[in-house]
Amino acid sequence: MSVKVSMKVNGKPVSADIEERTLLVTFIRENLRLTGTHVGCDTAQCGACTVHLNGKSIKSCSIVAMQAEGADILTIEGVAHADGTLHPMQAAFKENHGLQCGFCTPGMVMNALDFAKSHPNPSEQEVRESLEGNLCRCTGYHNIVKSIMAGARAMAASK
Amino acid sequence: MTSSLIGARVPRKEDYRFLTGSGLYTDDVALPGQTYAAFVRSPHAHAVLRSVKTDKAKKAPGVIAVYTGPDLAAAKVGGLPCGWLITDVKGQPMKEPPFPALAQGKVRHVGERVAVVIAESAAQARDAAELIEVDYQALPAVVSAAQAKKGPALHDIAPDNTCYVWALGDKAAVDGAFAKAAHVTKLEFVNNRLIPNAIEPRSVNASYSRADDSYTVYVASQNPHVERLLMTAFVLGLPENKVRVVAPDVGGGFGSKIYLYAEDVVCTWAARQLARPVKWTADRSEAFLSDAHGRDHVTVAELALDKDGKFLAMRVRTTANLGAYLSTFASCIPTILYATLLAGQYTTPAIYCEVTAVFTNTAPVDAYRGAGRPEATYVVERLVETAAREMKIDAAQLRRKNFIRQFPYQTPVALCYDTGNYEATLDAAMKIADVAGFKDRREQSLRRGKLRGMGYACYIEACGIAPSNVAGSLGARAGLFEAGEIRVHPTGTVTVFTGSHAHGQGHETTFAQVVAERLGLSIEQVEVVHGDTSKILFGMGTYGSRSIAVGGTAIVKALDKIVAKGKKIAAHLLEAAEADIEYDKGVFKVAGTDKKKAFGEVAFAAYVPHNYPLDKLEPGLNENAFYDPTNFTFPAGSYVCEVEVDRETGDTQVVAFTAVDDFGKLINPMIVEGQVHGGLTQGIGQALTEGCAYDETGQLITGSLTDYCIPRASDVPMFKIDTRETPCTHNPLGVKGCGEAGAIGAPAAVMNAITDALGVKDLPMPATAQNVWRAMHRA
Amino acid sequence: MHAFQYHRPTSSKEAATLAGQKSEGRYLAGGQSLVQAMKLRLSSPTDLIDLGTIKDLAGIKASGAAVEIGAMTRHAEVASSPEIKKTIPSLAAMAGMIGDRQVRHMGTIGGSLANSDPAADYPAAVLALNATISTNKRKIAADSFFKGLYETALEPGELITAVSFQAPKRGAYMKFKNPASRFALVGVYVADYGSGNVRVGVTGAGASAFRQTEMEKALGAKFAPDAVANIKVKPDGLNNDLHASPEYRAHLITVMCKRAVEQALK
Repeated sequence: MSVKVSMKVNGKPVSADIEERTLLVTFIRENLRLTGTHVGCDTAQCGACTVHLNGKSIKSCSIVAMQAEGADILTIEGVAHADGTLHPMQAAFKENHGLQCGFCTPGMVMNALDFAKSHPNPSEQEVRESLEGNLCRCTGYHNIVKSIMAGARAMAASK
Repeated sequence: MTSSLIGARVPRKEDYRFLTGSGLYTDDVALPGQTYAAFVRSPHAHAVLRSVKTDKAKKAPGVIAVYTGPDLAAAKVGGLPCGWLITDVKGQPMKEPPFPALAQGKVRHVGERVAVVIAESAAQARDAAELIEVDYQALPAVVSAAQAKKGPALHDIAPDNTCYVWALGDKAAVDGAFAKAAHVTKLEFVNNRLIPNAIEPRSVNASYSRADDSYTVYVASQNPHVERLLMTAFVLGLPENKVRVVAPDVGGGFGSKIYLYAEDVVCTWAARQLARPVKWTADRSEAFLSDAHGRDHVTVAELALDKDGKFLAMRVRTTANLGAYLSTFASCIPTILYATLLAGQYTTPAIYCEVTAVFTNTAPVDAYRGAGRPEATYVVERLVETAAREMKIDAAQLRRKNFIRQFPYQTPVALCYDTGNYEATLDAAMKIADVAGFKDRREQSLRRGKLRGMGYACYIEACGIAPSNVAGSLGARAGLFEAGEIRVHPTGTVTVFTGSHAHGQGHETTFAQVVAERLGLSIEQVEVVHGDTSKILFGMGTYGSRSIAVGGTAIVKALDKIVAKGKKIAAHLLEAAEADIEYDKGVFKVAGTDKKKAFGEVAFAAYVPHNYPLDKLEPGLNENAFYDPTNFTFPAGSYVCEVEVDRETGDTQVVAFTAVDDFGKLINPMIVEGQVHGGLTQGIGQALTEGCAYDETGQLITGSLTDYCIPRASDVPMFKIDTRETPCTHNPLGVKGCGEAGAIGAPAAVMNAITDALGVKDLPMPATAQNVWRAMHRA
Repeated sequence: MHAFQYHRPTSSKEAATLAGQKSEGRYLAGGQSLVQAMKLRLSSPTDLIDLGTIKDLAGIKASGAAVEIGAMTRHAEVASSPEIKKTIPSLAAMAGMIGDRQVRHMGTIGGSLANSDPAADYPAAVLALNATISTNKRKIAADSFFKGLYETALEPGELITAVSFQAPKRGAYMKFKNPASRFALVGVYVADYGSGNVRVGVTGAGASAFRQTEMEKALGAKFAPDAVANIKVKPDGLNNDLHASPEYRAHLITVMCKRAVEQALK
């Protein structure tokens, strides 16, 4: 029972024959071998699988790939500039030590990128609330919150 | 060429790959011919396996093989070993029941592995696993530590479910001191069972090559060499030289990835049978059932004081739940890493601790961030704070009255603290926390309908584990040294090989800072490699906050050898006596002259030995070292927590948290702060949100993240942290380690604050809104 | 996840026809509950009928004192809709409290109501705001929609197309979250329609959402926090789990109702 799925991932058109039960995250990791998107839970709490679907952050473990048919998907691999320079949000995570083991990091960055679009100068409280769907076990969030506040301001400034 | 790399906030070298999605975690590894394993797990806490029928599964689409316990037994696959032998109060060895990788005849906890299916895809393996028919004859189960002795026996060799009864300290002296005490404070509590939940689930991908009869095992592990040693020597009987274990990027461990797990063994063995790579990655539900849990003590603790508040003695009785089987280090956690810490920061002259370790029908329990030391700190600091309240002595003052001030200090529970300054961290913490302003803040909170409370915790931990001979005399079955290697390349850049694996701690940066500073190189010229037994000479791994103190010192020792050899080469090049060569910031100089050779020139000469003392010296510049510490290190600190409790709902928020730690010398304060933030949050998690719960039949109630609550961003405040320094006296960097401190000190500080807010003596952890609401209604 | 067949109809009519043919089929709205259940193999439909591309199921229409929300409207769209913020601001606020940001970008009102999770937020709003649930077959009044644990008045294959809400004079939703799942341990939605007509919808506390008539009566007489502050809710029949006993839930209903009234009066 295979079916063809097509979408755009990080600007490139991709398509593949997949089992219908393939989750979007499985398609991204196994079919496209874009392994920066992670799976940390099976109940949609951890947010390590966060990607953008048509510009909005979603959990790629919580939809089947077919639901993204024709969509524009952005994963962590598509965030930095073409020459490899970090995006301002990524740079802010580095400068503020907003990551340790790195496993939740792609999901944090993807969610933060979307959040910052509508919050150019967020408060600490707003940032903490925006992380309702992302778990980190290493950082205690302190430096993630600082990173996102700084990253959002940097994004606004670079517009 | 900076001279200030030690103590500098150097951004991490590892960040770029993690921020761009180019890290390589075990599940990211896909090998040619990859197959996938799925495990059938027991739904019963305790049952006899009457039959396991695999016929249907074997015929399912994509299935390559199905194995059960008897298959492994027939192949003489051994059980999982325990790395620490505890000798009980009667001089008898602890009870060590067999721990089969796949169940043999009986299952003893929900989630225990009964069979494995290996298939062409992960989904096919799962589908087929559902077709395995297991006939279970359910048995009654025992779940709680308190009930264990009265429950049905799990193992024939331990009919009363007791692994050991162990004690430390002078019981007679303690009883005598209690008899003449002016005041006794007594607490009974449970140190709640926790489920580690590193965000990367455990994963293994094992392959076998017939070409050279060798194995490669990628595994999410904190210590690849130990994994290899245990797997080859004790379980599979393979030649160690034929097995390569790689722990690539690992997404957090917190203890849970120290151990050799059954899934690792089964996949490695199966890879050999099939001559194809076998991958298994836990989903979160499996992680809840099968990762080693932490804590789970039932304790009665008493502190005897004289009329002025001087501590006279402490008496502690603990029952520790080890779960169904002995995990790799399970036995030493509630003993060696617990009772020895009960002196805390105080001069308590007599301490006695008795620990009964029991088997129950629950997942195995082993080290989780802090491992024994959070439990000890909780005992000491809850007792001290409670005693202060009962005797109406200021809680900080009572601590000061009893602080150890003379070092070295021999405690009555085996450890000898080399250095410390507890007054300094407490002073700083109280100032930063604005303890003086607390009364005002409490009133302001009241006006908003909130009860505010403040609590302290002054913790100590024993890190830098461990002097091997001491550990060995206490039952360790392995050494606890660390290894390091410095490879200087002909062009003068350096690769460092360390046995200390990093899974978030930033070794690639911290260790590079040490090396670059010592050799006078830039940080970019130093690369740190870890996590691969084919590259690293040996390693005991990362746990017990040991990496910088033990692994870092091994590197320093290797560096010393590099410099010593460099001096010989430089002496030859400069036509001077070796004794006259000085090394400073990347330059070998003849003392008192301007004659010099740069580090790079010396390195080049070592690899292009045209002008070189070949008759006296080997070419090349590559040195390794093993370091076995002479003592533990003793990080310590003072924490002040403030909470607000919603009077109507019981909802409790940590509104301020101050931590002042003494980790000795800091290499990278930015990384150290990150470790503290993370540790504090796990400690706050234990106090407020996290509690593993099994029902009476042994079903795990908190079996997913929808029921087991690890803290979110909105559950913690911005932390106020600082450090004070008393350098460790017995390692060259003066470092102590910082990885576990937060998790050790935080629970007691939080619970002291909540009990202060509520005006109650005790409260169970986790202090969920419901638990606090109930306490308010009782009060 | 077990294997299934995937269908992507382009109209609600086609969707309903498919559902009629596939007895073990399920509609797939945002998937935020269904896909989770399927991953854990707790739900194993033979067919998934994806509603994601059906145009007539999406969109928000405001007319005077009512708002009609298409079944496939995402929570984030409701939370940020200028029309809803203007007409029923408390409803927009409630939608902004569901799940988390990522879930709100996918989850839909229709999916939430069809699933009728006992701890979901929308059911409290549906009851308090006297909503009408339109399906491909009929209109169902809020009060006869919720039938029990994960049970609704929907017949097999019946498809929610839109939900319309009546704007109250004032209203608010207060949610006490399950610390782990962030679903409602207890959520209370209070809506004051004037002339003593107050509706109180409670979620998280029972097998499905319900109205708290004693509080409605008290608030009808006097719309003020102290009107409900001393009402003791009976714990009988309320949910019991690790996070909250029936007694605690009963207590929280009172506290959350009181706070919702305070919020509504702000």
